[in-house]
Amino acid sequence: MRRAVLILTPYLWLLALFLVPFIIVLKISLSDIALAIPPYTPTLDFSEGWRGFKDFLSALDFENFIFLTTDDLYWKAYLSSVRIALIATTLTLLVGYPIAYGMARAPEHWRATLMLLVILPFWTSFLIRVYSWMGILSGEGYLNQFLLWIGLISEPLTILNTPVAVYIGIVYTYLPFMILPIYAALERMDGSLLEAAEDLGCSRLTAFWLITVPLSKNGIIAGCFLVFIPTIGEFVIPSLLGGSQTLMIGKVLWEEFFNNRDWPVASAVAVILLLILIIPIILFQRNEQKQREADG
Amino acid sequence: MGQTVFEPWNDPNEKPLIQFKGVTKRFGEFTAIDNQTLDIFPQEFFALLGPSGCGKTTMMRMLAGFEAPTEGTILLAGQDIAPIPPNKRAVNMMFQSYALFPHLSVWDNIAFGLKRDGMAKQAIGDRVAEMLKLTRLEQFARRKPHQISGGQRQRVALARSLAKAPKLLLLDEPLGALDAKLRQDTQFELMDIQEKTGTTFVIVTHDQEEAMTVASRVAVMDHGRIVQADTPARIYENPNSVYVADFIGDVTIIEGTAKRAAEGYDITFAEGQPVLHAVSDVELTQGQRCSLAIRPEKVSITAEKPEDKRNTLKGKILDIAYLGNLSTYHVELPTGQIIKAQTANTRRLSRRALTWEDEVWLGWTDTAAVLLEQ
Repeated sequence: MRRAVLILTPYLWLLALFLVPFIIVLKISLSDIALAIPPYTPTLDFSEGWRGFKDFLSALDFENFIFLTTDDLYWKAYLSSVRIALIATTLTLLVGYPIAYGMARAPEHWRATLMLLVILPFWTSFLIRVYSWMGILSGEGYLNQFLLWIGLISEPLTILNTPVAVYIGIVYTYLPFMILPIYAALERMDGSLLEAAEDLGCSRLTAFWLITVPLSKNGIIAGCFLVFIPTIGEFVIPSLLGGSQTLMIGKVLWEEFFNNRDWPVASAVAVILLLILIIPIILFQRNEQKQREADG
Repeated sequence: MGQTVFEPWNDPNEKPLIQFKGVTKRFGEFTAIDNQTLDIFPQEFFALLGPSGCGKTTMMRMLAGFEAPTEGTILLAGQDIAPIPPNKRAVNMMFQSYALFPHLSVWDNIAFGLKRDGMAKQAIGDRVAEMLKLTRLEQFARRKPHQISGGQRQRVALARSLAKAPKLLLLDEPLGALDAKLRQDTQFELMDIQEKTGTTFVIVTHDQEEAMTVASRVAVMDHGRIVQADTPARIYENPNSVYVADFIGDVTIIEGTAKRAAEGYDITFAEGQPVLHAVSDVELTQGQRCSLAIRPEKVSITAEKPEDKRNTLKGKILDIAYLGNLSTYHVELPTGQIIKAQTANTRRLSRRALTWEDEVWLGWTDTAAVLLEQ
């Protein structure tokens, strides 16, 4: 009995918080747009009984998914999202790895503090932090003022409302997700392994490539997925920092829902997005599984 | 008859492989190694022995190149090694934790150093096969370190550090992680491999039995100094200080005052107790305080007063430690001093004549004890 409860709890959780909402979204994606509240038909009417359910089912179709293929805005948005997520993940890795490495090499009594500093930004609202980046990156922002003041540039740079601003925003926001798993992997590493590599003829740099990087591989993979997966669907950063040039599927989704009030198409966009994300999520899970087996 | 004795340290023509010359190492305020000079000869199996924190590991890490001496020079085959980084030294080290690369197979671990030297593929294959054979690991070549036992890991670490045929192999507590039985077998295996490869081994250990078993010479260290560096037999039989006598094996220390007598000294150690006599070369002034160190196995224990022993004392058995093959008796003198005596259990336990509270005689010859300055 206790075992059954233990096993059932996560499944019920999953059912209530993932499967049920997903089925609702899936159902809306198969419906048609209507001038009503809610703005789609059909709606399931339980008073009609079995016949009502059959009518309801027959009114569902794949129209919206077919529509997504006819307008190239959508697949371009998907593609652009994946591309931006890939580039942003790479950038986050390049910034995050040295930070994680530095943390793992820092004297032990410093590490807790450094860890706190990495997590500290989470204590402020994400939205406020992105807004503050607008203040930094805008034409009259602090960054331009500073660069003008030290004389590096003579004209203010246009950073806000460009893809560069989006990358800055994503790298900034998701950096802790990259740092923490890599740090965890590096911190566990036995320092004598590097001494052994040196002793056997490696320079410091080759020892890094041959020992440190392979041993932090699982951390790197975990970090990349933790950044890549949420970045694909990212909406706030591109819409606040990216301006109209940046095409991302999260933004398209938002516009379909709230500007066009086309819930069925928006739901179809969301369902496809989920299908795209399933692949990296499964890969991520398998990596975690493999790591657990290696540790076990 | 037999082989010539391996004693390069007694041959003035022999060139040492390693020379520590006035080496001092400080970490901040702490002096880890205090102005030490030491020669280690080719093909020696040299043990650095001491309690933790005595500086033995620092000596080894300076040889490997992970630490640089603060003062003094270290020569390897006549060349100052201070400017040579660890990856360019003809010295390899076997780490205490083994430091096997967990993501590489046994084969790749052993080949690691060879690949760094840019050796040809064929030659690497041959050398790794040779090392696997030497350490009896052939069937584990494809396994990862976490898929083999502790003893096998230890052999992989040894094979990896020997693969590059270093002039000098450093072993940092190589057997520390093995259980007692396996450790004994491995000690003999180590000696065997050392002999086969002709490599100079320097081993760091806190286990005196291990040092005595494997080493041609042992350096006993304390607080950054080498107290005595000599063959195991001389360290045991002729310790140069109370510290060495006490650190190596079991010993009873009797403190007293020395008075010159024929061939040695008479030692008065307590009121009402007989004067002890010891043959010794040490120079002591009249009435100087001294210590007499005597090994338990050199003390006889009998019910009757022994006639053939120069030194005899009467006491009462306080404790008996039964070790199976041996028994150690703790005998209390009327003064409260405890003297240990050890006998081989050549008879069955039930036939043992002596037991607790028995009045017994202890005896030893005048050459059995070592007289030491205080």
